[in-house]
Amino acid sequence: METFAFYFFAVLITALFLVTVLSQNILYAMTSLAAGMVLISGLFFLLGADFLGVVQLIVYVGAVMALYAFAMMFFDATGSIKERHSHPALVFLLGGLSAVLMVVIFAAPQIGQHVEALYPAAAGANNPQAVGLVLFTKYLVPFEVAAVMLLVAMIAGIILAGKKMERSLSKINDSELEQNGGKDEQ
Amino acid sequence: MIGLSHYLILSAILFSIGLVGVIRRRNLLMLFFATEIMLNAANIAFAALSSYMHDLSGQMFAFFIIAVAASEVAVGLGLLILLYKKYGSLDLDDYTMLRG
Repeated sequence: METFAFYFFAVLITALFLVTVLSQNILYAMTSLAAGMVLISGLFFLLGADFLGVVQLIVYVGAVMALYAFAMMFFDATGSIKERHSHPALVFLLGGLSAVLMVVIFAAPQIGQHVEALYPAAAGANNPQAVGLVLFTKYLVPFEVAAVMLLVAMIAGIILAGKKMERSLSKINDSELEQNGGKDEQ
Repeated sequence: MIGLSHYLILSAILFSIGLVGVIRRRNLLMLFFATEIMLNAANIAFAALSSYMHDLSGQMFAFFIIAVAASEVAVGLGLLILLYKKYGSLDLDDYTMLRG
């Protein structure tokens, strides 16, 4: 059963991400990326990392993809995009070479037998409890730093995207709009 | 029976898909998607190692990667909006200002 679930998720995720990378339509790419994220959370549940799976669902599918969807509306990117590919064969050759390199790098912990658990999972606690125990003791400082980083990112996003937002269109009265005419169109 | 190497090889495959996307894409939004794929591949490797080594550090790193990805999207989309306002397109080939 576990084998079937793993191969099911693996094949679907690979296919969906291939669609994301190769598609010419931003809408298709975004939808398949979101579906792939949902299936990746399925892999996390399979691995026993329940809390990580739920965080993946909430943050990636709920927040990040919604943000991308809003950005897509802003960019008016519903049509297919044109891209100029100069050396397609070279790209796939480089990708394949780096894939071999990645397999070697990721399989290295398998070959080396000296890997051992630094913080073993607490016995008798289910996954969210164990995660909380480790997160709020050994990883408390990185957790707080991550909170500050998210705050900085939020302020940066507001500042970058919200320029000239203090000029609310609904507060301008009609005569002013007619005076300005087409000047504000840009 | 599914072992650790299955997950690691799946993660490597997904990472190289993302890498091909980063090399191949000319549209900035699509480049962001490819980056997300690469981050997710790393997350799978972390979660699998954490599960098979009975160690929660891998899951912690995956959490921090998710936080980094969320802030990257927030800042990056702000920059994309500014670029789109300035140039009217998201294509990297339109941003070439040096010509020889």
